[in-house]
Amino acid sequence: MKAMESFEAPTPARINYLNATYGLKSWLLTKDHKRIALLYLGSISFFFLIGGLYAMAIRIELLTPQGDLLQSTTYNKVFTQHGIIMVFFFLIPSIPATLGNFLVPMMIGAKDLAFPRINLLSWYIYMVGGIITIYALLAGGIDTGWTFYTPFSTTFSNSYVIAAGLGIFINGFSSILTGLNFIVTIHTMRAPGMTWFRLPLFIWSHYATSLVMILGTPVIAITILLLAFERVAHIGIFDPAAGGDPVLFQHLFWFYSHPAVYIMVLPGMGVVSELIANFSRKNIFGYSFVAFSSLAIAVFGFLVWGHHLFVASQSVYAGMIFSFLSFAVAIPSAIKVFNWTATLYKASISYDTPMLYALGFIGLFTVGGMTGLFLASLATDVHLSDTYFIVAHFHYIMVGGTLLAYLGGLHYWWPKITGRMYPEGWARFSALIVFVGFNLTFLPQFVLGYMGMPRRYHVYPAEFQVLHVLSTAGASILGVGLLIPLVYLVWSMRYGKIAPANPWNLPGLEWQTSSPPPTENFELTPIVTWEAYEFAPAEETEVVGKFHNERVKKV
Amino acid sequence: MVESYTIEPEHAAAHGHAALQHHFENMEQQREASTLGMWVFLVTEIMFFGGMFLAYTLYRSKYPEAFASASNHLDLKLGAINTVVLILSSFTMAMAVYSTQVGKRRNQIISLALTLLLGATFLGIKAVEYHQKYEDNLIPGRIVPSRPFNASGVHLLPGAQPQNVEMFYWIYFAMTGMHAIHMIIGIGIIAIILFWAIRGKYGPEYHNPVEVSGLYWHFVDIVWIFLFPLLYLLGRHLEH
Amino acid sequence: MQTSWIPFVPPSASTLSGKVDALYFYLSGVTVFFTILISSVLIFFVIKYRRRSPYEIPRPVAGSHKLEILWSVIPFIIAMSMFAWGAQLYFQNSRPPDNAVEIYVVGKQWMWKIQHTTGQREINELHVPVGRRIKLIMTTEDVIHDFYIPAFRIKADVVPGKYTTQWFEATKPGSYHLFCAEYCGMNHSGMIGQVVVMEPTEFDNWLSGNTNQQSPAVAGQQLYQTLGCVSCHGASGEGGRGPALGGVFGRQVFLNNGQTIKADEAYIRESIVNPQAKLVNGFGPIMPTFQGQISEEQVVQILAFIKSLPAQGTQAEAPGTTPAATAPPAAGPAASPGSTNR
Repeated sequence: MKAMESFEAPTPARINYLNATYGLKSWLLTKDHKRIALLYLGSISFFFLIGGLYAMAIRIELLTPQGDLLQSTTYNKVFTQHGIIMVFFFLIPSIPATLGNFLVPMMIGAKDLAFPRINLLSWYIYMVGGIITIYALLAGGIDTGWTFYTPFSTTFSNSYVIAAGLGIFINGFSSILTGLNFIVTIHTMRAPGMTWFRLPLFIWSHYATSLVMILGTPVIAITILLLAFERVAHIGIFDPAAGGDPVLFQHLFWFYSHPAVYIMVLPGMGVVSELIANFSRKNIFGYSFVAFSSLAIAVFGFLVWGHHLFVASQSVYAGMIFSFLSFAVAIPSAIKVFNWTATLYKASISYDTPMLYALGFIGLFTVGGMTGLFLASLATDVHLSDTYFIVAHFHYIMVGGTLLAYLGGLHYWWPKITGRMYPEGWARFSALIVFVGFNLTFLPQFVLGYMGMPRRYHVYPAEFQVLHVLSTAGASILGVGLLIPLVYLVWSMRYGKIAPANPWNLPGLEWQTSSPPPTENFELTPIVTWEAYEFAPAEETEVVGKFHNERVKKV
Repeated sequence: MVESYTIEPEHAAAHGHAALQHHFENMEQQREASTLGMWVFLVTEIMFFGGMFLAYTLYRSKYPEAFASASNHLDLKLGAINTVVLILSSFTMAMAVYSTQVGKRRNQIISLALTLLLGATFLGIKAVEYHQKYEDNLIPGRIVPSRPFNASGVHLLPGAQPQNVEMFYWIYFAMTGMHAIHMIIGIGIIAIILFWAIRGKYGPEYHNPVEVSGLYWHFVDIVWIFLFPLLYLLGRHLEH
Repeated sequence: MQTSWIPFVPPSASTLSGKVDALYFYLSGVTVFFTILISSVLIFFVIKYRRRSPYEIPRPVAGSHKLEILWSVIPFIIAMSMFAWGAQLYFQNSRPPDNAVEIYVVGKQWMWKIQHTTGQREINELHVPVGRRIKLIMTTEDVIHDFYIPAFRIKADVVPGKYTTQWFEATKPGSYHLFCAEYCGMNHSGMIGQVVVMEPTEFDNWLSGNTNQQSPAVAGQQLYQTLGCVSCHGASGEGGRGPALGGVFGRQVFLNNGQTIKADEAYIRESIVNPQAKLVNGFGPIMPTFQGQISEEQVVQILAFIKSLPAQGTQAEAPGTTPAATAPPAAGPAASPGSTNR
């Protein structure tokens, strides 16, 4: 009972993690997971802006079939750098390193992650990797595509492959350390009463993500190292002239990079599970199915890399096995979508911005997931691989999925993170703009792909222009839609309405402490006596404003 | 949801230990976290070495004669001695952990010092081996500009091609080099542990850092236990 | 499947394209169905169960194993139908028919070089007749490229050090796109061309109008002379210090290490650029490598010449009848970067 006393009378004026200490040093040397999350938030937003600028350059160039804005070499660098920045420096760390870092300890009732210093180290590693990559971009750029296929990357490209590779290699360790920290924290630091099946689904999905991070990332590290050796010293393992095999690189690369897709989307699924349950005041339908489907995705995710090599001279039989497994991995994702939908049945659904993002996620993720089946299917993949169909498919997963979940989560926890509310009207408006802009950008690309437009083309046949113009128009709407939150979120940090401890009236542990939370998260270790998403029964709801004090009395 | 929990009275002694970090509830939790953390880290290490083992396996099955020829040229005697040295060091490390747990400080310090010494011996012998390769012009590529790779000193089995012998040496140096880097880090860690052990930091109540370093040390040994037969022994039967 | 009336479908001009389209439409149908199903249920719930009062707490629902099983099994069955259809279509078309006309394709940054067995050479253009099965045997001088003809719904990577193949039978005269679909550097988007499908008679006219070029086999024979192959393998491939080449293509060859290998394009190419790798039983490691001295196009020509040689008997393949070498020479390693049929 004592544990709950601290929840009363929370105002931003009191001591919290933001005002506990001041000065640049107190931030750069902080071991507080919440401050590290904010360091990540800042740096990730910076990389997202760079990646977004590259995206705009691509879309503007593709307005016309001729290469009139950029030269071929520049265009190749622009799409390569868009991919590298967005994948390695935005999408992979996005939700885990910001929202995950902030919320994993809070949701399980811990004071911090298990290894706070390693957590800070991971941010520094991320920054060093990022700065080296930025150096590669400024020094002259890199033009291999984010996939670094050999032998182009090892012998033919004249760009800064080593520098960019080094940046990604170093950055990988930040991802490994984050995953390691999460796994240990979730295993050993749950509050009393927080059993595995009381964990919020956000935690389950981060656990699954962490497994992929620690198992996959070392492989990309060694792959990039081998690539660098090959390029510098010509060791020959990817060079057919020296007895090596260039396709081996693709196997090693996709052994990580396909699971990396799940590093990007699983945390998003976790966020959406939170949003759907909490904004409909219902427990998630089929909690254990949603929880275990995350683990199933993480495990199966390691067995499907070969579907990236259906046209890369892989054997017919290997192709069939990988195709089968790729279809199998679709099932856990389908289970999630159905369970989210079923959760809404007889629920009490609010239309707050985070919920709008979550609903958008389900729709777009469904499209993204279903179009993945076209690529898992062998005969259609032969036609569609390396066309705009693929580009559209993975943007539906990564932007329609991960980015929307990230924005939804950011709005949802914004009051907790900053102690201020975001402006609801603007937020709903921008969510709508993002949704419309996104679909207008990427739906035409499915059509383009089926018509045969190859990806990574700087100049293209004129018949594809109409669809490209549509796509560019959509991209500019999407760009505006993404700039609006940037403005009002920054604005709200100073001028937003002061947020109460629990603005949405929710049972999750992170809402049972003040906004923003104190450095130690909870003044006393909380004791968990309720299930995940267990809303107080109807008869107790007269005092909704003191929702949790009611709950406390029951303990 | 009415099921209720009471806060267990904390183990007062453990809770008050100076080494308890602020964000842990008690020493037990701290110990669990660091042990699990090391295990998880070792899993990532396995995946890291796994990439190289894959490359080795693939090309060994593709070029068995060349790999056997190159492997036969390695110094079996030094490799075997090094294997024994490392197994011994694992034993002394285990002794160090045990002595810490039961509080035998003298044994603890002696075992740690011996581990350190054996680790250094391993690296010394490895350096001798590397030097032999340097003398034989077997450093691959043009890493040593004055002595580019030249397989003429290697007895080539029928079917072995020099360029594939060179690939073996790439993989040999990549794997043993990566292992040596891990050894150097391990020696650094044990030196720090030894330093604090001499100051009496570790004993029966607080021995986790020794244990966790021990886990790491045993892992590095085990990697060598795989490297030795793969690099030195496979293909000996083809020697004529 | 007739698709020309449907907007946003690329021209369909091979025997395969209609079948791929049918599968594509099945997949699209399922996708549209589920997307509409889920979004309409979503919208319906969101409107019907909107929050009516801030105090409302709905009753929790426990979940249902029956439903979970239902919506795992049904998608699984649908997914398996897609898998089976796609895999069956792919498998059927993975092996080129035996009677196919061969055309050699060599990719090079940033152009496609094409050689017909009848001697015509083209760059970034491929002329083929309607109704004849065409097999493309492809490789590259430099990086990985990908030979993609959207109208035929075929695509395959072109990998250095390997031969990949794909085949098609065009059904409709016309001019279609040819794209490089694997990013290959600066002028990747310029590595495009045209596939011109002609009526057979028209095609024969085109062939006869372009006869001033050597057939690859003839060009290969000249190379065979000038590179000195002739001194060991005999003027017409009858063999000598080197194994006989006549009729060797497509047969099993006994190697020095006791293994056998099919003498396909990949093996013959390897024996030219890296002759010691897999020696034929009974022959010593005396052949110099031609790596770097001969372009992939020239390798292809020699290959065409070797294929054109008449059979010379079976001495190269029967282990008992080979001339005994004094010292057992090199035994070659087993695996090779084999060609993959598609």
